[in-house]
Amino acid sequence: MAKLKIEDLEKITEEFKRKMTLREGAGRVKITVHLGTCGIAAGARKIMNSFMEEIEKSKATDIIMTTSGCAGLCSREPMATVEVIGNAPIKYVDLTIDKVKIIFDKHVMKGAFVQEYALSVGSEKIQ
Amino acid sequence: MDDLSLYILDISENCIDAGAKNIEIIINEDTKKDILIIEINDDGKGIDEDMIKLIQNPFTTSRTTRKVGLGIPFFKEAAESCEGKFSISSAKGIGTKVKATFKHSHIDRKPMGDIAETLIALILRAEKTEILYYHKRNGKDFTFRTKDLKLQLKVKDLKQVMLLNSLKKIVKQKISELQ
Repeated sequence: MAKLKIEDLEKITEEFKRKMTLREGAGRVKITVHLGTCGIAAGARKIMNSFMEEIEKSKATDIIMTTSGCAGLCSREPMATVEVIGNAPIKYVDLTIDKVKIIFDKHVMKGAFVQEYALSVGSEKIQ
Repeated sequence: MDDLSLYILDISENCIDAGAKNIEIIINEDTKKDILIIEINDDGKGIDEDMIKLIQNPFTTSRTTRKVGLGIPFFKEAAESCEGKFSISSAKGIGTKVKATFKHSHIDRKPMGDIAETLIALILRAEKTEILYYHKRNGKDFTFRTKDLKLQLKVKDLKQVMLLNSLKKIVKQKISELQ
């Protein structure tokens, strides 16, 4: 049975160790991409992938990437939640790869959330 | 959904939600027999008999965030629309098996898509779940086990973006070599 061969594993191990030496303590930012049926069908896996590529490009070692299930707002998928530890988590909706790049640059790297892509800001309007 | 790897991701996430310690994703392609089989097995909490019938209907879910569950009906539809079959069997406390069979060359059969991305998404989602991926195509095969990789790397979990990015490249290449 063909497995991931030893040399493949070694390749991963080596790369992993090299990158691990760059790692600093705990996470500063946590990114969660919602991968329920709704999110998956709306292209959320591409969004996850694109965040992971941005993390790699930035060489940042303090960003935690994770995925979760349906957040209950299926019509606004793909969605992601960005939480700069110590601040309130922000939910971004109707994501595209271009939006991911902007959110990564402004919110994840510089700490300023992108209001126009967020689910909502502030309280409801009272009529 | 655009491709089968997305269905696999969706169904496997049910396994994680069911508290599975192990998920097996088994793909068997035989172009001579013109058949593609996808099996997803877990050792999660299982589904009772009444629920098994209901779950194949789109208007059922065990989730409380919304009132419809489309994962299983979607996958069933994908198989049955290309002269295939779909089955789900489960035992409470033992686990659940989902099996979908497709006519490989059927014009409506969706492409496999990016399995490596699906595996990475599952690793990111899984807290205590080990994943086995086995893919056989016309006699050639490929196996990937999260357990093996953790042992090799001497780590408790694989949720490192850089590590997963490298893993994705290698798995993608290995799967393409089956072609």
